Amino acid sequence: MGTTTVTPGFDESALVARAKDGDSEAFSELVSHYDRRVFRMAKQITQNDDDAEDVLQESFLKAYTHLDNFQGNSKFYTWLVRIAVNEALMKLRKRRSDRTVPLDEPIDTGEDEMVREIAVWDENPEDTYSREELGTILDSAVQSLRPAYRTVFILRDIEELSIEETAQALNLSISAVKSRLLRARLQLREKLTRQFKRKGDNAYADL
Amino acid sequence: MLTCKRFLQELSDYLEERLDPETRAELQKHLNECPNCWVVCDTTKKTIKVFKGMQAQLLPSGVQMRLSEFLARNCKKKQEKSSLPAQSES
Repeated sequence: MGTTTVTPGFDESALVARAKDGDSEAFSELVSHYDRRVFRMAKQITQNDDDAEDVLQESFLKAYTHLDNFQGNSKFYTWLVRIAVNEALMKLRKRRSDRTVPLDEPIDTGEDEMVREIAVWDENPEDTYSREELGTILDSAVQSLRPAYRTVFILRDIEELSIEETAQALNLSISAVKSRLLRARLQLREKLTRQFKRKGDNAYADL
Repeated sequence: MLTCKRFLQELSDYLEERLDPETRAELQKHLNECPNCWVVCDTTKKTIKVFKGMQAQLLPSGVQMRLSEFLARNCKKKQEKSSLPAQSES
């Protein structure tokens, strides 16, 4: 089951149209449909419950206030994610403003570091771990990425925005998104392989 | 001969099927010949898949209620404001 699971009876564009006409119940329905995902994304970026909650509130308020600007060229959720990711990045910047490392630190080109663990996985991590355990493993793997990679990965591979939408949301070039995404995926692969590899099956690692 | 390094560079595009047929065929050929790259490709594919299947957890206690209250408080103001007759459409 993916995150884009379709809820029966949930018609996003009809709800948006009603919300635009001032139907607050329709807007509430949109909120309760997406609040968990917005919170998750905000928490993954800010790494903090309180900041994530602020982001959640501010994002829906902004969405409500600017609903008339939503033209329907993209999905409402994509538009909402763009608002939320900006709010979350603002939080992060604010918190880091006294640090010397900028958020968009240049990407090192340690090509050689990209692949160390080469081992096949046990068939299906979903069968080996409970949903909670798996959630914890995946969360901590994402947390370990540097922010520049993490945000791209979250938008593309967790929230399932397209490469183009991710580039737009983060104000990055397509090629920057692609190279960060590749690094994020490979780094996560590395971490998850350490966790999920079939026992005693690391034969290629020393080659 | 395609190198492993080049294979890795193209891996994302390969998995997203964003490559031209010629490059794709080259990569596929490399995959058939290089067990290491095959494993990396397979486990990267699984990495992406396992994250896509991850569902958002329930909100921590109180968050939903505070969100409703926050929106009720702040969105109401907007409704009142936008219903003022003095506002022009221009």
